[in-house]
Amino acid sequence: MNPNRDSLQLQLNAQGQLRHFLTTEGLNRELLTDILNTADSFVDMGAQSVKKVPLLRGKTVVNLFFENSTRTRSTFELAAKRLSADVLNLDIATSATTKGETLRDTLWNLEAMQSDMFVVRHPNSGAAHFIAQHVTPNVAIINAGDGRHAHPTQAMLDMLTIRRHKGDFRELRVAIVGDTLHSRVARSQIHALKTLGAAEVRIISPKTLLPRDVDSLGVKVYSDLGQGLKDVDVVIMLRLQLERMNSAFLPSQGEFYKLYGLTRERLAVANPGAIVMHPGPINRGVEIESEVADGAQSLILKQVGYGIATRMAVMSMAMSGQQVGSELSSLTP
Amino acid sequence: MNIHIQAGRLIDPANKIDGQFDLYLQQGQVAAVGEAPDGFIAEQVIDACGQVVCPGLIDLQAFLREPGQTQKGSIASEGAAAAAGGVTTLCCSPVTQPVLDTPAVARLVQDRAAEAGNVRVLPLAALTKGLEGEQLSNMVSLKEAGCVGFSNAGFGVASSQTLLRCLEYAATHDLLVFVRPNEPILGSGCAHDGAMAMRLGLEGIPEVAETLEVSRYLLLAEQAGVRLHFGQLSCERSIQMVEQARDRGQQVSADVAVHQLLLDDSFLEGFDGRFHLLPPLRSEGDRAGLRAALVRGGIGALSSDHQPHEAAAKAAPFSVTEPGMIGLQTLLALGLKLVDQELLSLPQLIGIVTAEPAKILGVELGQLAVGAVADICIFDPDQSWKLDSHSNRSQGSNTPYWNQPLTGQVSHTLLAGELVYQL
Repeated sequence: MNPNRDSLQLQLNAQGQLRHFLTTEGLNRELLTDILNTADSFVDMGAQSVKKVPLLRGKTVVNLFFENSTRTRSTFELAAKRLSADVLNLDIATSATTKGETLRDTLWNLEAMQSDMFVVRHPNSGAAHFIAQHVTPNVAIINAGDGRHAHPTQAMLDMLTIRRHKGDFRELRVAIVGDTLHSRVARSQIHALKTLGAAEVRIISPKTLLPRDVDSLGVKVYSDLGQGLKDVDVVIMLRLQLERMNSAFLPSQGEFYKLYGLTRERLAVANPGAIVMHPGPINRGVEIESEVADGAQSLILKQVGYGIATRMAVMSMAMSGQQVGSELSSLTP
Repeated sequence: MNIHIQAGRLIDPANKIDGQFDLYLQQGQVAAVGEAPDGFIAEQVIDACGQVVCPGLIDLQAFLREPGQTQKGSIASEGAAAAAGGVTTLCCSPVTQPVLDTPAVARLVQDRAAEAGNVRVLPLAALTKGLEGEQLSNMVSLKEAGCVGFSNAGFGVASSQTLLRCLEYAATHDLLVFVRPNEPILGSGCAHDGAMAMRLGLEGIPEVAETLEVSRYLLLAEQAGVRLHFGQLSCERSIQMVEQARDRGQQVSADVAVHQLLLDDSFLEGFDGRFHLLPPLRSEGDRAGLRAALVRGGIGALSSDHQPHEAAAKAAPFSVTEPGMIGLQTLLALGLKLVDQELLSLPQLIGIVTAEPAKILGVELGQLAVGAVADICIFDPDQSWKLDSHSNRSQGSNTPYWNQPLTGQVSHTLLAGELVYQL
């Protein structure tokens, strides 16, 4: 009746290797750890004077951004170039592609140009799944953010940050603070943290910004920042889209900061040595106090560097898994 | 033409008949049940041995897409799907282009249906002009043009004062008001607001989007004294509210789309756009609640909520696909799943797709007493089949039941004594 029940396997080839990277949900701990280990090796390489490896030489990577994002696109572009791929950047106005046919036509055209990988950011949840399943299954798809659904490379770079600075997930309490309702980052982080065995994952949001039934993911829900931050080892702040005030989710930036802004005082209730993260770009004085953002516990700028390494890891793994997958399916009659 | 339907199991719930009786049709009507009338010479004999013979099905909600959206379907194509599904009467939605809010459009729809000649189409007209929720439609003229009910079809009437006046005007002329309850702003998402929508990052449609409208209509209708029919309810709570109102003596009925009793939001896994419906597939709890209501008799009728689409409308990321699935041709087969699951007996199922919807509409259809219009469905309840490109008559193929094994195959459909479908 429903062939999509096993759609979480859509991103794996027959040998269980990554061939698309659509979501952190449903991937096992070994695979996530594999991504982190590979990313670790690229972090070290980034520190060397020659930063390039030939893993994607001769391959064409297309960055398809249906939503603006200079920062994410730049790190994907750098990652692809350090893997020696040819890179094409396409920013596509969403208004022209709201109809499914247009999206499919765009992708089929790019596929016809012998593209090997699409890095896709799209405002609709499920867009990356749709492309991987129904449009261009033989092109490796990397989800660079789809609607509210998933942003798996961001989540994995956050996991890398946590692992490098705090070590074993099983001993960590992690709090995610802010607009979880609209956050694809939060969803991907929660799945990854649960799979990697984090001791406790907390969500701290007012009810207007809390997704319904989020506790079904195995997280603890708090509406009070002070209570929620008590004894945590990792604090992840989410970006607040400032237009939320206009649609009655919140009264004002000022009141949000008063209740949910991360200040030195609030951070003091967390465990000593707790780290502070934010996917960026940050709104100083809305989500986070400048002194905290720039302080010793903040890893916000480190995250950016880890982002390149993580994207290199995922891109090289998916490209290899896609090739193996295509060879396997060409052998089967 | 004189037709003799031989040796079938006749199930006619309105007349409390369930047994092996022959049926004799003359001049489009039932001439006799059991014994042939004097001097009857059959021009055609239909052997219904091993089959069920019942009144043609009555579907309270189908989108035919004509006029205005013939890339999705036409009265002829969707009428053919109805005939192939044993449906002989259907109520079509006023959501057409132009909106069905004038006698001209109402007549156009019925003329097209008469030309195609495969199903009786009873139009629902817009409750307000252009479905805009501001001015009353010409309800009496529309009734005279053949419309059987009035509905704002899921579009909101923002002003409660305007809505009250619509209901009072309908009450003045004893018109039936259909409601497809969905508060337009709360209900602007694309999936039931629950754990699945949360995981998939889809904008949710909370239960209150439906229950709020149900309660608003019930309270205003109570004051106006109008008859209400709620169509395609999806929440357990909505049915309970309708039952309570009925217990208080209010004239109110409800139907549920048959797929809401079989599917829930767990099927949205993997972003399959075929499960993007409006009203959305609700939680497992709601589905169980609707099934319990069906068993205790709280649901008056089952509808198909047939919504054909062109392929492109579903070939997109989930939230931008168009909602709805086709259902006319599978209404009976899906209903038979409920019999198979022992929620209903076969006669009970046939009752809620024939006599009961006829009662809601106040039409003399859905039964096979002598003199009744010979709208008849003949089906083999045990025969398996598939809805596929060979068997499908609808212009759309948007249904999760595509290519799935179904049981209960219609072999003949007669509309006023004329054979409009034969397997």
